[in-house]
Amino acid sequence: MSDQNRMSIVVFDGTVDKLFPVAIIASGAVMNDMRVDIFLTFWGLLAFRKGEPYKVSKISKDYEEWAPEMMRVLQEKKVPSWYDTLLQAKELGDIHIYACAMTADLFDLGLEDFEPVIDEVIGVGEFISMAQEAGTTLYI
Amino acid sequence: MTNNVEVTREIDARGSFCPGPMMELIRVIRSAQVGDVIAILSSDQGSRKDIPKWVAKASHEFIGVESLDGYDRIVVKKLH
Repeated sequence: MSDQNRMSIVVFDGTVDKLFPVAIIASGAVMNDMRVDIFLTFWGLLAFRKGEPYKVSKISKDYEEWAPEMMRVLQEKKVPSWYDTLLQAKELGDIHIYACAMTADLFDLGLEDFEPVIDEVIGVGEFISMAQEAGTTLYI
Repeated sequence: MTNNVEVTREIDARGSFCPGPMMELIRVIRSAQVGDVIAILSSDQGSRKDIPKWVAKASHEFIGVESLDGYDRIVVKKLH
C-alpha cells in the first residue's frame, strides 16, 4: 500500500550539484508534512563521512566547466550549503537518513565514522520495504 | 490591509533562497505562541507561492501579502 505522505530517496551520487537536490527535495517534503527515508549509498554515503559534508566540492563531470561559476554564485548569494539545508530539513521534519550497509562494509566504515545526522546502517532489503510504503521514490 | 495588523515577530529572509524563507517560517511558527502574528520578508519567487499554500495546509491564518520594493512582506497568524 503506498502512502502519498511518504517519500524515499536513494542517494547514489556525491557531487555538490546532486546533493543540493536531495536537501532541497527533502525540504519540500517537510513543507508538505511528509516523511522522508533517505538511503545513502556509494558516493552519496562517502560524502557523509565525518568532516566530509562541508568539504565536498566536486560537480558532475558532464558539467565540470560550470563548477567555478556555480561555486562563485553560491558564495556571492550566500546560499546555505546542501548539508546545512539537509540538517535544517531534518530538524524541522520527519526525515530519516540511513547508510547503506554494503557501501559501509566495502570501505570498512561503521556508524561512528559518519556524521551523526545518519540514524542507522541498514541493508537494501529494509530500505526497499520503506520504498514499498512510499508513494514517491527518487534516485539521485 | 496588512498594515493594520500588529506583528509579533518579523523575519527578514530577503536575499535568502527557496527553501530558506519557507523553512525559516516553519521554524518560527513552531516556537511561536498561538495567536502570534508573524511577518516574513522574502525576495524569492518560490516562497511567494509556497508560503500561502503551506499556511492553508497547516491550518494557520494567511493574513495577506504586500509587494514592496523588490520583496514581499507576507503576514501569517499562528492558529494552533
